[in-house]
Amino acid sequence: MEGHSTYQPQGKIARWFESRLPIMGLMHSSAVSYPTPKNLNYWYTFGAILTMMLGVQILSGVVLAMHYTAYAPISFARVEHIMRDVSFGWLLRYIHANGASMFFIAVYIHIFRGLYYGSYKAPREVLWILGVIIYLLMMATAFMGYVLPWGQMSYWGATVITNLFSAIPVVGTVIVEWLWGGYSVGDPTLNRFFALHYLLPFMIAGVVILHIWALHHVGQNNPDGVEVKSVAKDTVPFTPYATVKDIFGMVVFLLFFSYFIFYIPNYMGHPDNYIPANPLSTPAHIVPEWYFLPFYAILRSIPDKLGGVLAMFSAIAVLAFLPWLDTSKVRSARYRPLYRQFFWIFAVVAVGLGYLGSQPAEGGFVIASRILTAYYFIHFLIILPLLGLFERPKPLPASIADAVLARNGATVVAGAAAPQTKG
Amino acid sequence: MAHTETSGTNRRDFLYIATGAVGAVGVAGMIWPFVSQLQPDASVLALSTTEVDLSPIQEGQIVTFMWRGKPIFVFNRLAKDVELARAVPLNQLIDPQTDQDRVKAGHDKWLVVIGICTHLGCVPLGHQGNYDGWFCPCHGSQYDSSGRVRVGPAPLNLAVPPYTFVSDSKIVIG
Ligand code: HEM
Ligand code: FES
Repeated sequence: MEGHSTYQPQGKIARWFESRLPIMGLMHSSAVSYPTPKNLNYWYTFGAILTMMLGVQILSGVVLAMHYTAYAPISFARVEHIMRDVSFGWLLRYIHANGASMFFIAVYIHIFRGLYYGSYKAPREVLWILGVIIYLLMMATAFMGYVLPWGQMSYWGATVITNLFSAIPVVGTVIVEWLWGGYSVGDPTLNRFFALHYLLPFMIAGVVILHIWALHHVGQNNPDGVEVKSVAKDTVPFTPYATVKDIFGMVVFLLFFSYFIFYIPNYMGHPDNYIPANPLSTPAHIVPEWYFLPFYAILRSIPDKLGGVLAMFSAIAVLAFLPWLDTSKVRSARYRPLYRQFFWIFAVVAVGLGYLGSQPAEGGFVIASRILTAYYFIHFLIILPLLGLFERPKPLPASIADAVLARNGATVVAGAAAPQTKG
Repeated sequence: MAHTETSGTNRRDFLYIATGAVGAVGVAGMIWPFVSQLQPDASVLALSTTEVDLSPIQEGQIVTFMWRGKPIFVFNRLAKDVELARAVPLNQLIDPQTDQDRVKAGHDKWLVVIGICTHLGCVPLGHQGNYDGWFCPCHGSQYDSSGRVRVGPAPLNLAVPPYTFVSDSKIVIG
């Protein structure tokens, strides 16, 4: 359902240019006339919010890089120099550091939105997998960024995460030494991480373009999960409807973001990262950034080194296979009474794993992480394939327009039945 | 591109394959330097031996030195630490190895190990844990007075670096 461009270049120069590079027409058809389902809700503004956050990270990051130096003996001091000496340096760094957390909050909402409305099902498998790739690149970028201030958590986080690769049989140790460029995390590691931290966001931007291309090719899913049948009845043009809604979503998100930057800038950070890296002493309790905690809990729940590492990577990889693991033809959880309940159980389990990842790995926490880890995989590998076979979905609306009318009609009727009972 | 209707192999096929093969070798040859630059460079390798003077280390003391950017624990063990390590039956160990194999004959009280937890690389804390050795704060592994792992998740004993005694009170690591 690629929107046919209705774009007419205005004026001679525009026409001359358009016949040589039809970029205005492309922009017009993808951001102005592009038809969006008319039932999209606010959960659908997170795509725009994510695009904005990528812009925020690139902009603040490039400016930080102008003041930062990747050299182990001074990197910690350079970040403090940004905080204290550079004009508005504190603001730039707090934008960038909290921006990473905001980026992950938005991506988790965006992913769970996709899980709830079944956005990964045909014909959106490639769109979904591109999303999983973006998520992986984001994790790599954020991990390497967190190493740059060269504090205790930077150093020991880098040590633990790079050592994950040492679990690979036979070649593991060599791979880790080649990641480090030495025999432990050190200056060569810091330098290569900085180079990659600069590069990866631009690769993310590239994959985002593919992601949006795939989206505009197959069309957006929507909260009712039925395909657009009639562009005239089921959709509204992207501009002004989606544009304005997205901008409103972004503004609200920026308010939330600003609260962190200006009032609790270190809330998401770890105090130990204000202690310079010391290769001779490991902090008593090392934890990764909050956005990695569920996976960290899965890693620690398995008592075997290689097993833990495999479980952790599988927990992410399983997402890419979701389009084929979920056997139900019905997309939206609105019409899947059982899936809807399992969705919420899964959401609680994911948050629970995050909590367990932040706790010391001992006693009851270990047992709880094992149970939740098992459930995490059972959800994808057993519940979802079986649910599609046994669940009786509710009747689907004939079209998006019907669904919208049914809902709004219902509120009108309900309003008429009980007038002015408020108060 | 022009298409010739000749059947069978001809000169053009040969040229295609030969060009492709040379191109593939060229690309493969260029990948090597790009991968190889990742490994530890000459300046890192240059730091790969370290001399340690043992005389200031008190009985019962563990002192940490740096070798190749890694902490090295040098443990001047008391007689009871050595006895304890040697009394353990090998079948009780996760990574079975005798204490004798982990020290230099004639210098039995000196234990020299790389101070990096074999789980995910944290530095274990000395004189802690239940085995008269080390405790790793990251995920709770424990090592005994011979640096052998006694409680997981670490799979292996603390590694013994290559070192030699150049005199009774001096070793060279690396
Ligand atoms: C996907 C986008 C990005 C994410 C998720 C991200 C994430 C992070 C994180 C978590 C930190 C550590 C912040 C701290 O605790 O201090 C960091 C630091 C840094 N990043 Fe990024 N970043 C992104 C893009 C960029 C870009 C495009 C650049 C451009 C060069 C950049 C340059 C830097 C610099 C110089 C630092 C060190 C200064 C500091 O620690 O504040 N980042 N990044
Ligand atoms: S790094 Fe020591 S127990 Fe995990």
